[in-house]
Amino acid sequence: MDKYSWAWFHRFASPPYVYRVAELWAPWFAWIAGLLIAAGLYGGLWSSPPDYQQGDGFRIIYIHVPSAYLSMMCYGIVATASTIGLVWRMKIAHTVAVAAAPLGASFTFLALITGALWGKPMWGAYWVWDARLTSELILLFLYLGFIALSRAYEDSRSGDRAGAVLALVGVVNLPIIHYSVVWWSSLHQGSTKFFGGNADIQTSMLMPLLLMIFGFTCLFAACLAKRVQLELLGRERNAAWAAEAVR
Amino acid sequence: MSSLHEFLSMGGYGAFVWPAYGLAAMVVVVNIVLPLKRLRRLKADIRRRQGIAS
Repeated sequence: MDKYSWAWFHRFASPPYVYRVAELWAPWFAWIAGLLIAAGLYGGLWSSPPDYQQGDGFRIIYIHVPSAYLSMMCYGIVATASTIGLVWRMKIAHTVAVAAAPLGASFTFLALITGALWGKPMWGAYWVWDARLTSELILLFLYLGFIALSRAYEDSRSGDRAGAVLALVGVVNLPIIHYSVVWWSSLHQGSTKFFGGNADIQTSMLMPLLLMIFGFTCLFAACLAKRVQLELLGRERNAAWAAEAVR
Repeated sequence: MSSLHEFLSMGGYGAFVWPAYGLAAMVVVVNIVLPLKRLRRLKADIRRRQGIAS
């Protein structure tokens, strides 16, 4: 096998390289996010028609669904990065997990609160101890536990490993969240079919939703890039490359 | 400006829709501002420690 074929991958183990890549990518993701979210807000708040059952109350969907999606996607990133960090002892993977967790927690919080604000007018209650809502709340506690645990040690390597183990145990919660509306009788509606002839959602409502989902994802990528930079520079502040980077 | 009033009332759901969007805006702003501010402070700190005038 060509001995250089993995060179691109090994570069991602180098803090200065990842720092530069993050610096380069962040503004692009931020600009694309800004455009997508602006278009999504126009479509979601203005040009899409009111729902036939929920009137204008359904418009909370345009922030609730993207944040709920990100809350789970981000946990996938934290868990994957933790696995890579544990198995291959790759420090940078732990750095990514630690950088991603606060973002994931914030979007989980947003999904829960926007869900409550949607639940009150539609279900008559801000909160019910329903399988979907409870498993999403557990996701928030997993994030908070991960953040607390990874910062609980003097030595960042011990914190990284302890947090990573918790993140891996918590993965079991992801399928529970996803299938909660199928496995248990839930007040929360089931998954919406986006595409195909028997799609559950009209194009005029689907387009803004897709714009918001991709916009939030790009925003997340931009924020993650900056947080990875922050975490890397903080951990390696005494390295020679850090002096170069802050010039 | 009846159309603006109509827009803000959100068909009677304004009291739920706007707080949801307002909170989302706050979370987004904090997610953007916090790391940028901390990164700037950290860079300044590293520069100071190394005695490099910025």
